[in-house]
Amino acid sequence: MKIEDLKTYTENTWCPGCGNFGIEFAAKQAFVELINEKKIKREDIVILSGIGCHAKIVDYINVNSFYSLHGRVPAPATGIKIANPELSILGFAGDGDAYGEGLVHLIFAAKRNSDITMVIHNNRNYALTTGQFSPTSPKGFPGRSTPKGSPEPPLNPLELMLVSGATFVARAFTGNPNHLKEIIKQAILHKGFSFIDVLQPCVTYYNTFEFYRKTVYELKDHDSSSREAAMKKVKKWNYLDGEKGKIPIGIFYQVKKPTFEEIILKEKKPYGLPIPSLKKLLKRHNS
Amino acid sequence: MQKEYSVLVGGQAGDGIKQAGNTIARLLNRVGYWVFVYEDYPSIIRGGHNFAIIRAHQQKILAHTDKIDILIALNQDTIEKHSERLKEKHLIIFDSSSTKAEGLGLPLGEIVKNKGLPQIVRNTAALGALASVLGIEFSIVEDVIKSSIKKKTKENIEVAKEVYDRAKKFENSFKLSVLKNQPKPLLTGNEAIALGAVKGGLKLYIAYPMTPASSILHYLAEHEDELNIATVHPENEIGVIGMAQGAAYAGIKTMIGTSGGGFALMTEHLSLAGQAEIPTVCVLSQRPAPATGVPTYTAQGDLFFALHAGHGDFARVVVAPGDIEEAFYLTVEALNLAWQFQVPVILLCDKHLSESTFSAEFDESKIVVESPKLWKGEGEYRKYVLTKDGVSPLAFPGDEKATVKSNSYECDEFGITTEDPQLVTKGHEKRLKKMKTIENELKKKETVKIYGNPKSDVVLITWGSTKGAVEEVAQTYNLKVVQPLYLEPFPIWDLRKHLEGAKKIIGVEVNSTGQLCNLLEFKGLKVDERILKYDGRPFTVDELEEKIKKIL
Ligand SMILES: Cc1ncc(C[n+]2csc(CCOP(=O)(O)OP(=O)(O)O)c2C)c(N)n1
Ligand code: SF4
Repeated sequence: MKIEDLKTYTENTWCPGCGNFGIEFAAKQAFVELINEKKIKREDIVILSGIGCHAKIVDYINVNSFYSLHGRVPAPATGIKIANPELSILGFAGDGDAYGEGLVHLIFAAKRNSDITMVIHNNRNYALTTGQFSPTSPKGFPGRSTPKGSPEPPLNPLELMLVSGATFVARAFTGNPNHLKEIIKQAILHKGFSFIDVLQPCVTYYNTFEFYRKTVYELKDHDSSSREAAMKKVKKWNYLDGEKGKIPIGIFYQVKKPTFEEIILKEKKPYGLPIPSLKKLLKRHNS
Repeated sequence: MQKEYSVLVGGQAGDGIKQAGNTIARLLNRVGYWVFVYEDYPSIIRGGHNFAIIRAHQQKILAHTDKIDILIALNQDTIEKHSERLKEKHLIIFDSSSTKAEGLGLPLGEIVKNKGLPQIVRNTAALGALASVLGIEFSIVEDVIKSSIKKKTKENIEVAKEVYDRAKKFENSFKLSVLKNQPKPLLTGNEAIALGAVKGGLKLYIAYPMTPASSILHYLAEHEDELNIATVHPENEIGVIGMAQGAAYAGIKTMIGTSGGGFALMTEHLSLAGQAEIPTVCVLSQRPAPATGVPTYTAQGDLFFALHAGHGDFARVVVAPGDIEEAFYLTVEALNLAWQFQVPVILLCDKHLSESTFSAEFDESKIVVESPKLWKGEGEYRKYVLTKDGVSPLAFPGDEKATVKSNSYECDEFGITTEDPQLVTKGHEKRLKKMKTIENELKKKETVKIYGNPKSDVVLITWGSTKGAVEEVAQTYNLKVVQPLYLEPFPIWDLRKHLEGAKKIIGVEVNSTGQLCNLLEFKGLKVDERILKYDGRPFTVDELEEKIKKIL
């Protein structure tokens, strides 16, 4: 399997230089390597997306896909996993999508440790709707809905995911696609809820390439099994641009816990079982 | 011999009125009667006033009456609120520890207290008194307690026995004749919907609690292991429908359930079901609206909402069961249709069907689970391939030969997003074709039910649970009843046939505008009179009789 085998006939419509290309490449390359390493099968991959520029990615990768609604990816992703735990589920969502419109689904997918991976294309604006501020835009962001500057400070999605119960929390940068690919591979192989916030420059509405190139560094000598250590590292950068200091990327936290699907399906996997006779049950309604 | 008996049992929330209604129903079922139980309770956990009316009849019934024979009062409130309902010959059974009345007063509270039992056991004590009055052998009371009260069963039986014996003075005062009929399973509408779904192949039920749909979730969660299914309670109704659609896309039969408010939250995904063609079965159990409305009461005010919810034009089915058998069999149909045509199906019911208890007769052998149109594995898989009937074959992720691309955007046959005008047009035409295909399928089914005198030129038209009272009144006055089971596609072909030649058409509905009547008028069928009720309560048989008498 080669990366070209995952191409569709669709014409790509992202702006030249868009950070989304790095995510598309990294995801495809991660799939190819995992397939060649016989860790997953092509037919078992299901990708999902919300609505936004990021979401077009499902049209560009030739695997099973579910193009969902704005903000809702974690819900159908969890449903697919419950229905068929053999599948590898990767949800792509925007920052507006996952941290704004559908935040509750993201928090609950983390809380219940559903065995899915969420990749957030965090361009820190609403790009497809022409550049409004998003939940991770810096305060004062001059979007079209906030010409005088966004009145709200950003939220730190990694911190939020850590307190929500995610068992795999990572950040990556599209300018470093090989690093991103490695993280996607590990996230897919992680049993439980995996979360990757991807710093994705939007060359049209919020070009952060230079800023990230200067500030991003890979985590080293970090104990990813410690929540305290993870929390400390996650707070190193709070999405407030202009702040001094550097932005760590890599895996902040990873622990093993029972997944939601394992718990609710127990041993039984109801799907293979026959439609039961109701005789016994109805008898209890009749005594 | 008296053909029917109505018993009202009332007290506070927390007195176990629901359980009392249930055990009384079981008792009457055991002696061969058809039973109907109406539950009336406010949206509070302690205090307030709860009551249940248990009606037992020698013949099949689907509704209760205002008039009652026996009033069982666990508090004074019950006497004040319900004495007016008593027929001329009647009996009041009451707890003389707390209540003053004339009739059979026994210190139920004290009896229970002396045995060191909680006050809730007064409901079992009352059961003992009732059995004595009706002349039912104690062994049957014992059986009923054993099968329905799992905690302190022995003590409950002792209490019932003591009261049974102490009620001697009134023994046999309402002696009922024991009938030869086999007892039948007693189920609520929601239980019938749950079991119908299981027989229709359900594997996953997902819901967020909302009265009056919650008991489907409770029942299926309690019995999931023996029913070979899984149940999930997610973060909110949007999560519910999103999860269900993910699971359906992966090939698992799912169902979801809610009431108006939750359904409102689901509407964007309902539209997704239309565009992406995902089988989505949703039980919409109505309660009085707008907004939070009157949560624990009933209404039929969401018909137009069910018909029109969701943006854009797409095929859907709305099916409205009106009794316990319809709840069971039409839920199988709902799953069948959703999967045969890959569309949303709304099973529209209301509190009155969902939470009332009926004697049920189910024949499992009659059930047919239709297989959906599956992809045969030839050539390249295209999820939205254009076909004559608008229905594309299904494949699921995990299939080596298929790449299954589902899309919420307008898309090409493969499932890739498009804005091409020709493809957009084709997308609409595909969905229009499906509407036609579903209509043709319904033409092969029973879409309208007729009761009463089919030759009568006065026709009562109604839908859903209201048919229970309507049917009985029609028998009294020898009128015809027409009940559409499907509301979308609207079975105009059948309705026209049944309404033709009628001199007077009377619509009966539990809403304030007459939504079915309006729908009929949009379709060109005139409705002469409307009998509407919108106080949160269903029609009783006697109440509706009065209203119809005035019109005739
Ligand atoms: C319910 C709903 N509300 C609004 C929109 C309009 N809309 C489309 S994309 C989008 C925001 C996109 O921002 P983001 O999720 O960050 O993705 P990006 O375009 O930046 O990749 C919005 C508001 C929609 N499609 N659905
Ligand atoms: S607007 Fe921004 S996010 Fe969208 S394609 Fe262009 S560069 Fe990428």
